[in-house]
Amino acid sequence: MSNWIKIAPLSEFPQQGARVVRHDGKDIAVFRNAGDGVFAMNDKCPHKGGPLSQGIVSGNTVTCPLHGMNICFDDGKALAPDEGCVGTYPVKVEEGVVFLQI
Amino acid sequence: MDMTPPDKKMKLVMVGNGMAGVRALEELLKLAPDMYDVTVFGAEPHPNYNRILLSPVLAGEQTVDDIVLNPLDWYSENNITLHVGKKVVKIDRTHREVETSDGMRVGYDRLLLATGSNPFILPVQGADLPGVISFRDIADVDAMVQASSQYQHAVVIGGGLLGLEAANGLMKRGMQVSVVHIGPWLMERQLDEPAARLLQKSLEEKGMKFLLQKQTAELVRGESGRVCAIKFKDGDSAPADLVVMAVGIRPNTELAESSGLHCNRGVVVSDTMQTFDPRIYSVGECAAHRGIAYGLVAPLFEQAKVAANHLAQHGISRYQGSVTSTKLKVTGIDLFSAGNFGGGGQTEDIVLSDPVGGVYKKLVLQDNKLVGACLYGDTVDSAWYFQLLREGRNIADIRDHLMFGQSNLGDSGHAGQNKAAAMTDEMEVCGCNGVCKGTIVKAIKEKGLFTLDDVKKHTKAASSCGSCSGLVEQILSSTLGGDYSATPAVKPVCGCTERTHDEVRAAIRDHKLLSIPDTMKFLEWRTPDGCATCRPALNYYLISTWPGEARDDAQSRFVNERVHANIQKDGTYSVVPRMWGGTTNASELRRIADVADKYAVPMIRVTGGQRIDLFGIKKEDLPGVWADLDMPSGHAYGKALRTVKTCIGSEFCRFGTQNSTQMGIDLEKAFWKMWAPHKVKFAVSGCPRNCAEAAIKDVGIIGVDSGWEIYVGGNGGIKTEVAEFLVKVKTAEEVLEYSGAFIQVYREEARYLDRTVHWMQRVGMDYIKKRVLEDEAGRKALYQRLLYALSVEKDPWAERVKDGVAKHEFEVFSV
Ligand code: SRM
Ligand SMILES: Cc1cc2nc3c(=O)[nH]c(=O)nc-3n(C[C@H](O)[C@H](O)[C@H](O)COP(=O)(O)OP(=O)(O)OC[C@H]3O[C@@H](n4cnc5c(N)ncnc54)[C@H](O)[C@@H]3O)c2cc1C
Ligand code: SF4
Ligand code: FES
Repeated sequence: MSNWIKIAPLSEFPQQGARVVRHDGKDIAVFRNAGDGVFAMNDKCPHKGGPLSQGIVSGNTVTCPLHGMNICFDDGKALAPDEGCVGTYPVKVEEGVVFLQI
Repeated sequence: MDMTPPDKKMKLVMVGNGMAGVRALEELLKLAPDMYDVTVFGAEPHPNYNRILLSPVLAGEQTVDDIVLNPLDWYSENNITLHVGKKVVKIDRTHREVETSDGMRVGYDRLLLATGSNPFILPVQGADLPGVISFRDIADVDAMVQASSQYQHAVVIGGGLLGLEAANGLMKRGMQVSVVHIGPWLMERQLDEPAARLLQKSLEEKGMKFLLQKQTAELVRGESGRVCAIKFKDGDSAPADLVVMAVGIRPNTELAESSGLHCNRGVVVSDTMQTFDPRIYSVGECAAHRGIAYGLVAPLFEQAKVAANHLAQHGISRYQGSVTSTKLKVTGIDLFSAGNFGGGGQTEDIVLSDPVGGVYKKLVLQDNKLVGACLYGDTVDSAWYFQLLREGRNIADIRDHLMFGQSNLGDSGHAGQNKAAAMTDEMEVCGCNGVCKGTIVKAIKEKGLFTLDDVKKHTKAASSCGSCSGLVEQILSSTLGGDYSATPAVKPVCGCTERTHDEVRAAIRDHKLLSIPDTMKFLEWRTPDGCATCRPALNYYLISTWPGEARDDAQSRFVNERVHANIQKDGTYSVVPRMWGGTTNASELRRIADVADKYAVPMIRVTGGQRIDLFGIKKEDLPGVWADLDMPSGHAYGKALRTVKTCIGSEFCRFGTQNSTQMGIDLEKAFWKMWAPHKVKFAVSGCPRNCAEAAIKDVGIIGVDSGWEIYVGGNGGIKTEVAEFLVKVKTAEEVLEYSGAFIQVYREEARYLDRTVHWMQRVGMDYIKKRVLEDEAGRKALYQRLLYALSVEKDPWAERVKDGVAKHEFEVFSV
């Protein structure tokens, strides 16, 4: 448990964008925002399962590409008035490399 | 010993716990939740409630609990100190303190006065008797309900909006009600005479009595000490166990005046809602802005927003006054008025009058613009008229249909053919998201929603294709009365800014802004990097204004335009290659078939745009699919040129007058790769039989024996709009030049997400003709600018396949 998995250099992640990490048949969206914060959550919108990794990233949220729900990186919760929550994962950047704890 | 550190927050005190003030606090909490320690004083012993809905409460249709907007919990959750039942009697501006009637003193850094209005009480003898009240707050409603259970005769003085709603409620509570009115007809400030007569007739049918052109002389004291009758100046009298005075309101400026703030029919405020003492703000019915004190909530909420913006030190927003409209909240009566409905002067009237059928409509025009409307009996189109009025749109082109409403303009499509009032709760309003009327009404009442945007957010109704927006606005106004839904005529791009689309465009052009961060910085965006609404708009404005120079930011584009394919509900994509003018050949078809086999494509469709769509492609497979197809992108995913639909034309068809297929191919090859405010579709037909449906395209070309007719601004989507004739030309070169120039004006001037028709409705056909037909040099320049913009664009599929652009989009990390 709780071991950090090395993913890739931060430079491989587009600013204000995301990359998909596939682990054990499951997709995890790893986001990098404009301030170089890195966040990870299941790549599945709580509304109808839209791929969050494909959304527009602004501030600490991503807008789901299917019906526009806004999900906050900090806690995986949908911004009001929408409701819903998606699982998040710890991430860290060490010496320019992104690690994910699954 | 007090160990708490000194509090660095500023202190905000609000006087008046009513609708406008609390709305300002809500807006402030959104912008700067931690900036102030907030203390609120309210003279009434209640948390903030929806005063408007006192009428339905009186009528027994809702309860007091139903209309609470901010329960006590809301105040505590937001750390607001609330003092209900406490009246502020003094402002000490030197020491910056307020004082209540029971001697409590609280200091402030900023003060917000939202003291509302006081009902005007006629200065007649007996006005202070028990049983004589006004209609303003919960206490008044309690008194009326109480009286209705004991007494018979009610007299309402004042035949305006408030008086009629009071009379209706009392009647529903079983009293016999007479309405006394000094004017020659009811609601003369909102209605003209014919409409008022119809209203009076239907209220009389419900049992209401009217005493028009009567002046009150005295209220008579009965034996019990309570009022017992009303006497008029002409000597008549009427029995009255309850008298409700609804003869108008006066801004409540007592406190402001006593503390030396400048007042003139209200507390005088600037465009930032500041009084003459800049630490003191004022919003709501008590405030006079540019000489006007408003008495309806929609403008007050706009004021609240501006005050909050300023209190949060964003300081960019200004209140510029509002246009208001009226609706009467009496169940079963449809009435609407707005603007200068009386006419006169330079105006012209269009009138439809059917007194027997109970319908009356009057539209007042000036200089080809709608300046006033008064509708009785049929208010289906009120939201539309109100919008035309606020936007000041030129209506010359629709004048002959105007009276018959929006649905008669292009009599098909999904928009606005329903009538909200006639709908039952189970009927679907929003077809995209499956939202019924009942759900919307419930959300409006329970969550205290006031605007179209609120309803969109909470219920999802009208949040997709938007064709039911008008219907939702009708439901809002029939549920709440007034003009809640009235969105300002010029809207900001989104919540990240106060700037309108047009202002943003102008700044990008005039200051040569070349990137999104620069634009946001220059225009003082509120959020650090915008949102999913403004960024795509900014990106388009940048690349369309400065082609080849501005940075095209992929991360600010919606997924479809970033990936160059359409995302599907399951996260796969669809691929639509170009088939120029709807033509293809054996080798393309063979490659499509091979791709379908190789990638196990689950579905192949012939689209409504005359080409082939491959569905269910995995994102990782897209570059491979494109490489194997070896066909250019069809841009089926973009706000871009989509298809140029053609018919077979003179090469084969026995009726064909022109080679429409070739014309279509030429147009598509000339204009493909073109980004636009919204998608753009062309069609070319070879004769007036119009098999390519050119009349419902953004640009439709119809071949005739002597040349080509060009039509513009058609739309076959949500609301069908027939294209308008622009010009007839002789040669194919002219078709390219004229249609290209038209599209370039649209590209340079329309707002993001306007289809051509929406933009044309705003600017008018005359303007288009001036730019494209009358100004030859201008037309040629427009066309050249379009060609230049297109020359810097590349085929996005080829770029990704051959040059490896945006590789990261298509690769996943497997761990
Ligand atoms: C594929 C196609 C249906 C089909 O299988 O025939 C289609 C599919 C979609 N249409 Fe369409 N439209 C298709 C022809 C049309 C037509 C007919 C036409 O072009 O002749 C219309 C009416 C004509 C018009 O646009 O004026 C049409 C009016 C719309 C609208 C309403 C536009 C409007 O302004 O009212 C939307 C919504 C939007 O764009 O915001 C829309 C949106 C969509 C979207 C992109 C919805 C979305 O955002 O995901 C659909 C993508 C499906 C997908 O997953 O790939 N589609 N759509 C057609 C593609 C044509 C092509 O070859 O490119
Ligand atoms: C019956 C009725 C029906 C209406 N229908 C409509 C409608 O259909 N559409 C529409 O748009 N508008 C309607 N209105 C008008 C609308 O309710 C008002 O425009 C709106 O409530 C005004 O908001 P406000 O915050 O300025 O004042 P208010 O909501 O009146 O709030 C002011 C508050 O300040 C308190 N206060 C005053 N002085 C002090 C003091 N010194 N210390 C402490 N507290 C103080 C008052 O007690 C009051 O609670 C209606 C009004 C009524 C009464
Ligand atoms: S293809 Fe067009 S009409 Fe069909 S469901 Fe999708 S958007 Fe609606
Ligand atoms: S699936 Fe994300 S908003 Fe619908």
